[in-house]
Amino acid sequence: MSLSREKDFGTPLRTGSTMVTLSIDGVQTRVPAGTSVMAAAAKMGTQIPKLCATDTLEAFGSCRLCLVEIEGRRGTPASCTTPVEDGMVVRTQTKRVADLRRGVMELYISDHPLDCLTCSANGDCELQDMAGVVGLRDVRYGQDGEQHRTIAADDSNPYFTFDSSKCIVCSRCVRACEDVQGTFALTIDGRGLGSLVATGGPDFLGSECVSCGACVQACPTATLNEKSIIEMGAPTRSIDTTCAYCGVGCGFRAEMQGDKVVRMVPSKAGKANEGHSCVKGRFAWGYATHKDRITKPMVRAKITDPWREVTWDEAFAHAASEFRRIQGAYGVDSIGAITSSRCTNEETFLVQKLVRAGFGNNNVDTCARVCHSPTGYGLKTTFGTSAGTQDFKSVALSDVILVIGANPTDAHPVFASRMKKRLRKSAKLIVIDPRRIDLFRTAHIEADHHLALKPGTNVAIINALAHVIITEGLVNEAFVRERCDLGDFESWARFIARDENAPEAVEKVSGVATSEIRAAARLFATGGNGAIYYGLGVTEHSQGSTMVMGMANLAMATGNLGRAGVGVNPLRGQNNVQGACDMGSFPHEFSGYRHVSDDATRDMFEGLWGVSLSPEPGLRIPNMLDEAVEGRFKGLYIQGEDIAQSDPDTQHVTRGLRNMECVIVQDLFLNETAKYAHVFFPGSSFLEKDGTFTNAERRISRVRKAMAPQAGLADWETTLGFAKALGCVFSYAHPSQIMDEIAALTPTFAGVSYAKLDELGSIQWPCNDSAPQGTPIMHVERFVRGKGKFMITDFVPTDERTTQRFPLILTTGRILSQYNVGVQTQRTANTIWHDEDVLEIHAFDAENRGIRDGDLVAIQSRSGEVALHARISERMQPGVVYTTFHHAKSGANVITTDYSDWATNCPEYKVTAVQVQRTNRWSDWQEEDRASGDLLRIIERKADAAE
Amino acid sequence: MSAVKLVRMANQIAIFFRTQPDEAGATAVADHIKSFWNPVMRREIYAHLRAGGEGLEPLARAGLEALMARDPVAHESVTK
Ligand code: SF4
Ligand code: SF4
Ligand code: SF4
Ligand code: FES
Repeated sequence: MSLSREKDFGTPLRTGSTMVTLSIDGVQTRVPAGTSVMAAAAKMGTQIPKLCATDTLEAFGSCRLCLVEIEGRRGTPASCTTPVEDGMVVRTQTKRVADLRRGVMELYISDHPLDCLTCSANGDCELQDMAGVVGLRDVRYGQDGEQHRTIAADDSNPYFTFDSSKCIVCSRCVRACEDVQGTFALTIDGRGLGSLVATGGPDFLGSECVSCGACVQACPTATLNEKSIIEMGAPTRSIDTTCAYCGVGCGFRAEMQGDKVVRMVPSKAGKANEGHSCVKGRFAWGYATHKDRITKPMVRAKITDPWREVTWDEAFAHAASEFRRIQGAYGVDSIGAITSSRCTNEETFLVQKLVRAGFGNNNVDTCARVCHSPTGYGLKTTFGTSAGTQDFKSVALSDVILVIGANPTDAHPVFASRMKKRLRKSAKLIVIDPRRIDLFRTAHIEADHHLALKPGTNVAIINALAHVIITEGLVNEAFVRERCDLGDFESWARFIARDENAPEAVEKVSGVATSEIRAAARLFATGGNGAIYYGLGVTEHSQGSTMVMGMANLAMATGNLGRAGVGVNPLRGQNNVQGACDMGSFPHEFSGYRHVSDDATRDMFEGLWGVSLSPEPGLRIPNMLDEAVEGRFKGLYIQGEDIAQSDPDTQHVTRGLRNMECVIVQDLFLNETAKYAHVFFPGSSFLEKDGTFTNAERRISRVRKAMAPQAGLADWETTLGFAKALGCVFSYAHPSQIMDEIAALTPTFAGVSYAKLDELGSIQWPCNDSAPQGTPIMHVERFVRGKGKFMITDFVPTDERTTQRFPLILTTGRILSQYNVGVQTQRTANTIWHDEDVLEIHAFDAENRGIRDGDLVAIQSRSGEVALHARISERMQPGVVYTTFHHAKSGANVITTDYSDWATNCPEYKVTAVQVQRTNRWSDWQEEDRASGDLLRIIERKADAAE
Repeated sequence: MSAVKLVRMANQIAIFFRTQPDEAGATAVADHIKSFWNPVMRREIYAHLRAGGEGLEPLARAGLEALMARDPVAHESVTK
């Protein structure tokens, strides 16, 4: 694979249907109206010289290098800022424009250090390229320009440098930060030759910059340059792949030297990100080659024994004999597996196949249990399918955006940039969240309404919004009549109109003012296209599934479904959590969300797999752990999950794990769960394998192998090896064959193949005969289930109540630079932004307890106690405290409880009653964890033969 | 699994279906539990039900009784 670069058309391409015909250098061409002359020329293969233009940004017209001649026009207009017109006759190469361009280049070069041969951007610098293109041969003004050489380069950001001596002040970086990222961290200070790019802080790190890399991407010179390029030099080959961090699923080009990544470049062809990225995907890939990676399979008899390195065959044989022994002693149902939302669809499919066909039970679950399982249940019940309704692009057409229990700028940053772009233009924003999220007030955006509810009262609020819509006659009756079940609607309308759902009543439980609720409801119902985006603040409650249905009700009642700009959209956490669910990772469902008790579906799987399958739902993760504590569940195969850190009530989880006789962990690192494991299968990173991920908009994208697996096997090959040792005959030579099997068995994937993915770039399921190109927007003419189903969503307060002993509510979340349990991001320079989890607390609660900013505080719940440093924060409301769960040592889940969603057992992470007080020591759990952590991680290394 | 936990889960389910208009609540509770609960959990809650079903909300109890009558695993022993 050679190094590929994406073509730059200079200005954004337009897509309208009105076409314009013009002539460029004597050749006729037709392009959509609104296209610039520069882009029209680039489309026919003529690159007009340019410096300040790039097609991810609107034209600015400052460098004057792109001048052309147009018949009938005076002077030489800039082609980047001139839109095409019918009959236009353009010349891009005349002596006059060539002379002008050479003159412009001369000026630029006279102010630029000419150390091209030793410059890190040598060979990848547009200034250098343009000097060649315009035929610059000498520089009359001498080379004694300002050069800004006296200013030292700013290398405060861990991933890129800013060397202003090379800056040509084209302002591409400033515009990228504004238009693409929406952060507005950069400005141009000063005028003329003295002008400079400034960060508005002491340096990049000390500024508003969120390290998304958009400015680095846009910079045509070496001024903003990746440190990896400076250290390693230019890449020599590249491969297209997909980010393995969050559910946005950004497309990237991995640029390589041999088997080393030099940089990850967001791809413009990636339909989820269209050339944008965030700090994690763009820069935080160093974990893949971190020295802590375990690259040899290991086993041990007891968890207190040191790990012993073995060959793959020994590891497989040992694991298989243990699992079979356990089943012999404790029964077929005594073992199970957890699939990974970080692994590929193909790998996940294989693990659930191994459980159903190889273990002979349905004890398979996935981490979606603890995040979006209520989404699956709620949307399937109301609409008929377990996934979000829109593509990301849809938000560009939204007029009112309702963000509930989500923090997109931190957790889904590239999608948040799209959302911010729309909000800066004109869309209105309603935030429903106990905490003031960043989106609430950010550059050029201010939420119109913030419903700062008490944690645990989501359902009351969504009902109150619906109440206003029903009682004030704001229902979209035409939509409801045509698209929804009328009987259900009428029962629901009667329920929702009851006094207990009126804003006045709900104000008392939620703490949100009646007037705010009424105003937000009116805006949502009457403001044009209304779109709902939500996150774990919706699902991780005892009424998570009810709330999902409540949002679906609201969208149906206002007719906000089935077209661009509207919809109900989960912002899903991990890169492949949608895919893991689609692939049959739940104990009661085969791929495509079909229940295991459905005879026709089971027949189909039994026919292809040649075994008989259990019609009974298996155990969910919390049930497995409960059974383990009881002593009946004894063996667990965990692919790429860290339940000892990520799942609630840590001490219950570890008690369960300790009770098992064989825990197999397959991961990149010895994570927290591995402390309780008996077999370790070293995992492979996304750079080391082929496969697909499915993002939050149901988009299936290819993951492509850029380097050999460090441990010798890709994760799918490891599962195959384990399956073989268990006596299962699974034969696949490549993940594409697994996808073929998925397509053969799953109606919504029937049209998906690697060949089609290569052809289309990515595909949104359902993809089958009726939608061969995939389905960007769902439920367009009818709901998947036929008629939309209104569900009654009675508000039931959680059993987790504040008491005198535990008077505060703790809620949890995540931040931009870190990813989930942090095993990856903490092995990158991202720790510079977040080196520990802290407890955010309102000044009032802090003062009452004599807590000052930075104090160590003990947080106690009925499950346990941990200590964290306090941060006094105005984002919190009194009575509510907040922390993230990225660091193992903080043990945030030691305090979360085992309460869960009524329908799916998704844990109630977002509401835990706690007490907070000053302390001078870490908690007992933290002390013990630290002591035992090292002990349970000892590896007995074999003496190296060479030594 | 502890009976207390299963009772709480069954009650949570019953509380949701209590307000739904279309199906008979007990049937809906029964169907939900049949769809999502593994036989191990069902056997245990049946044992608890037979022992008096302490703590079960009326609708949870009705749903479980209806389910027990048609569930083949109802007669298997708890420790199976
Ligand atoms: S830093 Fe780069 S993009 Fe920004 S103004 Fe300078 S040359 Fe242009
Ligand atoms: S890295 Fe992103 S946020 Fe930071 S200055 Fe550049 S564009 Fe702005
Ligand atoms: S937004 Fe998500 S998918 Fe995109 S680069 Fe960041 S972490 Fe990766
Ligand atoms: S590229 Fe057109 S003015 Fe700079």
